[in-house]
Amino acid sequence: MSAPLLELSDLAVQLPISGELRTVLHDLSLAIGEGEALGLVGESGSGKSMTARAVARLLPPGAKSTGSIRYAGADIASLKGAALRSFRAEVATIFQDPRAHTNPVRTIGDFMTEALRTNHGVSRTDAAKRSIDLLAEVGIADGARRLEQHPHELSGGLLQRVMIAASLLTEPKLLLADEPTTALDVTTQADVMSILDGLRRERGMAMLFITHDLELASAVCDRTSVMYAGQLVEQRASTELHDDPLHPYTAGLVGARPRIDGEVGRLAAIPGRPRSAFEAPPGCAFADRCTYVQDLCTETRPALVPLDGGLVRCHRAVELRGRLQEVTHG
Amino acid sequence: MADESLLDVVALRKEFGSHVAVDDVSFSIAPGGSLAIVGESGSGKTTIAKMITGLVAPTSGTIRACGHDRSRPARGTAERRRRGGEVQIVFQDPYSSLDPRQSGAAAIGQVLALHQGGSPTERSARVAELGSLVGLDERQLHALPRALSGGQRQRVAIARALAAEPRLLILDESVAALDVSIQAQVLNLLADVRAETGVSYLLISHDLAVVRQITDDIIVMFEGQVVERGATRDVLDDPQNDYTKLLRSSVPTAGWRPRRRGDTASAWH
Repeated sequence: MSAPLLELSDLAVQLPISGELRTVLHDLSLAIGEGEALGLVGESGSGKSMTARAVARLLPPGAKSTGSIRYAGADIASLKGAALRSFRAEVATIFQDPRAHTNPVRTIGDFMTEALRTNHGVSRTDAAKRSIDLLAEVGIADGARRLEQHPHELSGGLLQRVMIAASLLTEPKLLLADEPTTALDVTTQADVMSILDGLRRERGMAMLFITHDLELASAVCDRTSVMYAGQLVEQRASTELHDDPLHPYTAGLVGARPRIDGEVGRLAAIPGRPRSAFEAPPGCAFADRCTYVQDLCTETRPALVPLDGGLVRCHRAVELRGRLQEVTHG
Repeated sequence: MADESLLDVVALRKEFGSHVAVDDVSFSIAPGGSLAIVGESGSGKTTIAKMITGLVAPTSGTIRACGHDRSRPARGTAERRRRGGEVQIVFQDPYSSLDPRQSGAAAIGQVLALHQGGSPTERSARVAELGSLVGLDERQLHALPRALSGGQRQRVAIARALAAEPRLLILDESVAALDVSIQAQVLNLLADVRAETGVSYLLISHDLAVVRQITDDIIVMFEGQVVERGATRDVLDDPQNDYTKLLRSSVPTAGWRPRRRGDTASAWH
């Protein structure tokens, strides 16, 4: 088997928060193969966005990271010059709020073609032509007109499609998508997801898809990882994760979400609030919110261990196997 | 018939220049009822909420709540206060809807003083009561918003709205910005509050699962018009209008394959 496209080993990230370095991500190891879609699901403070930022080398100033991130076999921290530029071309990022990531006084054309013209020496006409082709691919027919427009003239859904088209210009092999549809209407979300899904399959592009929506991740990703308080707590094939969760937190996320069909009952809400890594209790980070907590859970931090073809971080996982699903669907 | 309704909206219309944001919308809510307005950005759902609360004046049409007309701006303080006692609203963003220099207890107390009167002792007892209804402890009630999480702030906003003892609570995307586990707590809370106080809800949301969880009836809006209405369950289980069908099929569930819609957005009326 060939090496994975992206491999994170024991990644830990600390950020300066109110004057001291605090851990927001730790013990994170994961891998994405070529053409694979991996979902990263979690709530506030889970570290899911920080993971994408670490991979894109976009950590905030003052951040400290340990462990390694390898892309196509090379440690990304050591990349310089031409190697770094080619990494940047091969790994594209799209964010939740397209308006915050575009310059309001520059046209869509400037925004889309800048990287091609400055880094890849493509002529203005050729860059525009490629932009128009890609806009057509994401369902924007009148690309030539759109290139002349400014971000405020486009709706959120349209602008997010422009972002996707722009991220494809350099023919990336890996797309980091950080909540790309969260700010969009549900019908527009379906459009954007179908575009991403189609492009990914056609181009064999790998994707790290970050979302708070377990259902959405399950629907579009091959495997899904659930994060809590800066750690991976469960990782499995998407359908298994949703239908037969192994970690009480995953089961909690499924049970807390109202259902679109079936009987309406009281939601199985998880008590308390989500924690960041630096606020988490010793032992299992989820212990203070978990229904199944025992003494061991508050004393010893569980390791991420293989189970049923996936990975889970829970002392009682084997014992609880098959029982969590009743909680979420009962 | 009209006497039985808590809220009656008839032939409501709002124009912004040449753009018609809300076009001939009528609906009513019975006392203790719960109605959802769904639709995408620009469908006019928030404009309706703003007209009911008096933040925007309708171009034409009538709004009656608790038997009183509120289609025109209130004349004088007494009427404005009466309207505030009838309808309250909880906004989407709990970070911008609270005064950063005022604790939850002070915010709730202020509404109580305005609407219910009573002695300071009675008021602080009621603040504690409302706090426990929404699940805030003494320390959280007296903390400034910056010391509270998003879910806790939204509880303060709900308690503040309930302090006026409104007959109708408008929830404008009030749970959309919350984490999944917190959203479940707030949705359970809203169900409990309605059962205990008999307050009615008008929920404005794009999240159909949330709509199913806490409303009985639904209207679906598209480009300012109502395209479908009925019992929430029936409409979501068996949508009739093409736009409602699209909305329903856009919700990701197990086995869902995202699909692109055609570019015929105007053909759904």
